[in-house]
Amino acid sequence: MRQQLENIRAEALAAIQNAADKADLEALRVRYSGKKGELTAILKSMGKLSAEERPVMGQLANEVRAAIEAAYEARSTELETLALARKLEAETLDVTIPAEPAPLGHLHPLTLTINEVRSIFEGMGFETIEGPEIEYDYYNFEALNTPANHPARDTQDTFYFSSDLLLRTQTSSVQIRCMEHRKPPIRVISPGRVYRSDAVDATHSPLFHQIEGLLVDENVTMADLKGALAVFAKGLFGEDTRVRFRPHHFPFTEPSAEMDVSCFACGGKGCRLCKGEGWIEILGCGMVHPNVLRGCNIDPEKYSGFAFGMGVERVAMLRHKIDDLRLVYENDVRFLKQF
Amino acid sequence: MKLSLNWLNELVKIDAAPHDYIAAMTMSGSKVETLDYLGAEIENVVVGRLLSVDPHPDASKLVICQVDIGKEEKLQIVTGANNVSAGDLVPVALDGSKLPGGVEIHTGKLRGVESQGMLCSHQELGLTEHDIPDAPEHGILLLNGDEYAGIELGQDIRTVLGFDDHIVDFEITPNRPDCLSVIGLARESAATYDQHYEPEMATVKGGAGSIADQLSVTVEDFEDCPRYTARLVKNVRIAPSPKWMRERLRAMGVRPINNIVDITNYVMLEYGQPMHAFDYACLEDKSIIVRRAKAGELLETLDDQPRKLDESMLVIADGNRAVAVAGVMGGANSEITETTRDVVFESANFKGVGVRLTARALGMRTEASGRFEKGLDPRNTLPALERACQLVELLGAGDVCDGIIDVDSTDKPARVLKLEPERINRFIGIDVSRETMVHYLENLGFIVNGDDITVPSWRMDVEQFADVAEEIARFYGYDKIPTTLYAGPVEYLRDKKLAFEDELHTLCTGLGFDEIQTYSFVNEKCFDRIRLPADSPLRNVMVITNPLSEEMRVMRTNAMPSMLEVLARNANVKNEAAKLFELCSLYFPVLDDNGNVDTHKAPTETVCLTLGAYGAGYDFFALKGAVEGIAAALKIRGLRYAANRENPSFHPGRCADVFVGDKLLGTIGQVHPLVAAEFDMPTDAYIAMLDEAVLMESATDLVLYQPLPRFPASTRDLAIVCDEATPAAALEDCIRAGAGELLEAVKLFDIYRGEQVPAGKKSVAYKLTLRNPERTLTDADSEGAVSAIIAGLEKIGASLRA
Repeated sequence: MRQQLENIRAEALAAIQNAADKADLEALRVRYSGKKGELTAILKSMGKLSAEERPVMGQLANEVRAAIEAAYEARSTELETLALARKLEAETLDVTIPAEPAPLGHLHPLTLTINEVRSIFEGMGFETIEGPEIEYDYYNFEALNTPANHPARDTQDTFYFSSDLLLRTQTSSVQIRCMEHRKPPIRVISPGRVYRSDAVDATHSPLFHQIEGLLVDENVTMADLKGALAVFAKGLFGEDTRVRFRPHHFPFTEPSAEMDVSCFACGGKGCRLCKGEGWIEILGCGMVHPNVLRGCNIDPEKYSGFAFGMGVERVAMLRHKIDDLRLVYENDVRFLKQF
Repeated sequence: MKLSLNWLNELVKIDAAPHDYIAAMTMSGSKVETLDYLGAEIENVVVGRLLSVDPHPDASKLVICQVDIGKEEKLQIVTGANNVSAGDLVPVALDGSKLPGGVEIHTGKLRGVESQGMLCSHQELGLTEHDIPDAPEHGILLLNGDEYAGIELGQDIRTVLGFDDHIVDFEITPNRPDCLSVIGLARESAATYDQHYEPEMATVKGGAGSIADQLSVTVEDFEDCPRYTARLVKNVRIAPSPKWMRERLRAMGVRPINNIVDITNYVMLEYGQPMHAFDYACLEDKSIIVRRAKAGELLETLDDQPRKLDESMLVIADGNRAVAVAGVMGGANSEITETTRDVVFESANFKGVGVRLTARALGMRTEASGRFEKGLDPRNTLPALERACQLVELLGAGDVCDGIIDVDSTDKPARVLKLEPERINRFIGIDVSRETMVHYLENLGFIVNGDDITVPSWRMDVEQFADVAEEIARFYGYDKIPTTLYAGPVEYLRDKKLAFEDELHTLCTGLGFDEIQTYSFVNEKCFDRIRLPADSPLRNVMVITNPLSEEMRVMRTNAMPSMLEVLARNANVKNEAAKLFELCSLYFPVLDDNGNVDTHKAPTETVCLTLGAYGAGYDFFALKGAVEGIAAALKIRGLRYAANRENPSFHPGRCADVFVGDKLLGTIGQVHPLVAAEFDMPTDAYIAMLDEAVLMESATDLVLYQPLPRFPASTRDLAIVCDEATPAAALEDCIRAGAGELLEAVKLFDIYRGEQVPAGKKSVAYKLTLRNPERTLTDADSEGAVSAIIAGLEKIGASLRA
């Protein structure tokens, strides 16, 4: 009997090790250690053994069963691993085949620029507001210290609907609307469309966008104006950007300035973009003119403020190196999808 | 405003390289547009003397000159000119020299004879007969006359002919008309370099009799002519101006004409005061009257144009007729000519508004009108007039009479402001001493006495505290003002509409739509092109009275034309597909009681979310899916579509009005083929137009949490047979009404037409999800719901498929 058991062990272990697949393996398990298997058949003849032999053979039989089951488990795991490896191999993809991109749309470069500028100023506590594009002469000119026949009106060719209604030439009109119904402290910016009678070419459009800014409170200084705009310039054009303020004239600010930023193409050394000057003009600004404050019932003896305005197209074109303004309003998808 | 640096340096000594000068002026507030060197195009051209002029052996029209250019070595130059002879001084372009227009001169052979350069005509040096009146029309410029006394052989020709000068072109802002003059810029330049400049009053000898006996001046309108100043010059000798004056005018971009005209131009450049000269003999009654023009009065101006005047215009008249349009242009009837003997110089002050309106009405903006428009200093007329007469005497151009006629109504005292150093420091954010401030102001011609600042007459722009602060700030230096951050209280609100638009941007791009920006104005004809009926209220538009073109004349009331134009443009450049959106501004005018557009009232401005698309496979339901996606993301409940066969811009069978409850949100559909053809749209196009305001008010701001279901749902599929014409929405309405609150979701998943259903019918299959939140649904619950649905369907002639 001992010999029989040893034979079964050797035969079963060898067969299990060579089992080709799970079905094979299962058949071997049934054949050797199943209820009707060879091991069970031998155990059934244990009754014929002597009392001394019985426990010895019993123990041996258990050993053989355990060995067969261990071999079965090991081979089973081995076969599963193999099968998985084969499956994965069969599923291999050429990962370099191009995929269809998720169909995301693109915001217009003007919107991107407005959003960028907004986020910088909103971070400094400025609130974004809007105003009408079709405006009364009063808000676009009169209240901005630019009465009828003021020579400054010559510089802004205006579209009119009637003697007193026009397409706003500047977002500065929103300053007045804001100050009329709010009291200081005021801290707003206002992006929007403005209109001037300029024929369409690579740098002109009868419609363009501006972003206006206004801050009014007690003790606001020109140094504060410089500070806010320096933060803005660094935010939009990069940490290393330097700013330069030059005296200028606007009817609705005094003192007035134009702000240049160090050329972001050459860092200020002078290149084609900055026409060799190292500086690029970005915006106009100044301290709100006392006449403007007075007109909005804000006492210039008590309050002061600063205002600024910039052309969005100009900034967007500089940032994205767009060389023809017409592209911006043609809306060719080959252009739009670049942003 | 152009400025010759040679001229400037005669008034104020500026010890700086031109490049540094323009940088300094820009930073002190006089912005420089360009800096040019007048002689930039001329190189290696020198003065030479012709030692001999001999015939060319092989060419009868050429001569061979030996030329002395002040060096030991003599040059041999062949020329075709026939006005040269031995001893002449001439401009010599040397080997390797450059002339205007990019011309280069090299040694070469002319008909076999070596020529080591070229003798130059005035044209070759870029000059005209106005610059060199006695130059021969054909031939070499001869430098023999007295005007060239003192020139040396070998001297750079640029220093001989006034080319050795830098011209700075300033952008002068409208508030500083005083800087439209050499003197004004000299003041600014001086102050920039911490100096003070003030011109002295010119002195005139006079002596040719008294003006009082010979001319009378009457001003009838002091409002528009606050001051009129005149002097008389007798025995005028019209001739070219001297070389120095011609060169100066040329440098400043003004063409020399003759001594009298040149003097008026010279003084205008120097003092910024427009001047005029009348031929005294042409003034009838020997009188000048400043009056309104008579309606229909005619005057031929100096540019030979007949002008019809009206009562709004101010004229200078003699006893009988107009002789000039005040501040704009003189008349041909009193023009200075070769035969003029006596001249009246006018130096007057005209109000800017009047000149501006007159010039505009006549369509003639002149150098003079452009200056008067900005408002000139009435105190400047006399110094300018005196300077003109001084120049007459200096040039020997005539004999100046004694006496000045000065009709002056400007007796306003000079403006006096308070000097408030502490307030200025606080306002600008600097710490500048009172003494320094006084110094800056005095450099500019302000007179400071204690706390009083007397503003000079030419600084009419300085009216109040902030203006004084600006003067201090710009001479202290904007770049030296510190950079601080305002740290006051914040009252931050978020504009709801802008925040909503940000959300729409995100949604639309997320759905694969690209944003476009189109013009707010359109051609009125676009309403016909989108087939709007003649009586459509959308045809009430704001009309621009001075449009750039018909294409940009009316403010849009409908978003379709802008979108369709962009779709068509893309399709026509062979872009295969496009999915676009715009937050499109629309402008709806206020109508008056008669239903006409009120052009004096601001219109209502609204925004329309426009979606537009074309491309292979794109269809109505693709666009509808996008609208559904947007509505779902905004959590708009109760979206409803109703077929609209009447909208003329859309395909009658493929157009729906979109409602939220009962509120019209917009329209969606396939563009009508006739409209598409109008816009040259080569393929089917789909457009949805949704009112942003309705979207915004329908959107759910804030979602409130609903407990997760605790009881299972059950699903039922229903196949409904109905007439082909029955809209799916009607079936869905029946399902919703029948299932009531048990209905959690309903989804159409199949439409079948064919053998299994009768002709003219269709089978529409829905999957219903039913759930009772309170308990597990029983079969009886489901059956009850289905029975109710069937009952509803029967009423619209539909039934469950057998």
